[in-house]
Amino acid sequence: MTDAESSKSSVAASTGGFPVKRGLAEMLKGGVIMDVVTAEQARIAEDAGACAVMALERVPADIRRDGGVARMSDPSMIEGIMEAVSVPVMAKARIGHFVEAQILEAMGVDFIDESEVLTPADEAHHIDKFAFDVPVVCGATNLGEALRRISEGAALIRSKGEAGTGNIVEAVRHLRSITGDVKRLTQADAAELFAAAKELGAPLGLVQEVAETGCLPVPLFCAGGIATPADAALAMQLGAEAVFVGSGIFKSDDPAPRARAIVEATTHFNDPEILIKVSRGLGAPMTGIEMDEINQRYAERGW
Amino acid sequence: MGPSIGVLALQGAFERHQRHLERLGARVIQVRRPEHLDGLHGIVIPGGESTTMSMLLESGGLFDSLAAAIDDGTAVLGTCAGMILLASAVLDGRDDQRHLDALDITVRRNGYGRQRQSFETDLTPSWPHGQASDAASSASSSAAMAGLSSEPLRAVFIRAPRVESWSDDVEVVAHWDGAPVLMRQGAVVAAAFHPELTRDDRVHRWFLGIVAEEVV
Repeated sequence: MTDAESSKSSVAASTGGFPVKRGLAEMLKGGVIMDVVTAEQARIAEDAGACAVMALERVPADIRRDGGVARMSDPSMIEGIMEAVSVPVMAKARIGHFVEAQILEAMGVDFIDESEVLTPADEAHHIDKFAFDVPVVCGATNLGEALRRISEGAALIRSKGEAGTGNIVEAVRHLRSITGDVKRLTQADAAELFAAAKELGAPLGLVQEVAETGCLPVPLFCAGGIATPADAALAMQLGAEAVFVGSGIFKSDDPAPRARAIVEATTHFNDPEILIKVSRGLGAPMTGIEMDEINQRYAERGW
Repeated sequence: MGPSIGVLALQGAFERHQRHLERLGARVIQVRRPEHLDGLHGIVIPGGESTTMSMLLESGGLFDSLAAAIDDGTAVLGTCAGMILLASAVLDGRDDQRHLDALDITVRRNGYGRQRQSFETDLTPSWPHGQASDAASSASSSAAMAGLSSEPLRAVFIRAPRVESWSDDVEVVAHWDGAPVLMRQGAVVAAAFHPELTRDDRVHRWFLGIVAEEVV
């Protein structure tokens, strides 16, 4: 073996770098990430083809109903779900609560969601996500918010929508806002990008990168309000690259077939024939609520 | 005109593969239905969740047509979850998870651990120069492979499968930690890592060279 060869074979493996973190987000594309509150639900989700599950104690619809402070779930509950399934397991930390994130990372959770569905722990700061080896996903309602989260180290952005409502209207608003602003940036000249960065409240470097590439520097998924296969396909046609489904599955009449149908619809989002087939006979979706009936807008949490 | 390559587009990082292949001059078809497999010169099975892909292959009636196309000698590249789907045996999979049995390896799902253990490193590839044995195809294949340098290959492993055993028919192009991570058996190429996530396009160029061999 030559010197060059022996030095190559001793090359170390590095964990926790940004390509490795964003890499997991890339692998989830085209898939459905499902909220689950028990190991049994996690198995139903995996059976239905979920590409990952989100382990939490209460789905957003119940958090909304119960009120009070919503926090990170009990580690033993999350560990039970990690043992039950072979797909990646995500779990939620409160906005700015980096100790909850440290605990989730130490447990070996695959992805942390710094989530507005939980009660924020810090009214000015988000978690420094570069400090973590596991990837962190954050919600955003517009491009400026998305780029601020990316500048803090988010490996994945999800449009926030309004969790626990079963109403897709806010998710559509947020997706259109993000993708519309991306399109506008690609038309801007160099001078306009300086002003755009100021208006968006986002770092100039990221604004310039988006203007050049025409997309976010990390994948963009959709969350908050998806209740039917058609909702999932709508999000995908509007530019989401995967979907999170929270209350929409396990608050419906018959979760297993609905979960599977949403997986099929996310893959075949552009194929109406298949969408007809998978939408048939699913029973009642979650009831859902209109936006003027809700007392708390989770999407407003985040700075 | 470049070869027609179908990229299985059920779930996972298929668009990244598409970008690499199109940059190299291939015509890419996203495969979601059995009829999308018609007339392809090569097939790519991307990374993603193998359980999800396996379920969708089955429900969409794609599994058997894909297996038949590979049996007929269509060149195929599987990365990460794609390698699991190509394997002859899978450890730590789901009981109902089907695989294509096209590559004589036994793989363990998430064999390197969970996401915290996911890593990137430099591999030292030994490209099989002049692999094509018969004179007729060697011209095209060596031309395609001429540009493949043995420089270190940056490789990103995401909750990667680990090859636990392999037959002598499997030619190993790169190892990591004692296990094959880039390999070929006939027209079947597999990587435990994600060549679609890095700018280096040597794995895709090598694969297109194999596609060209098979087409001749």
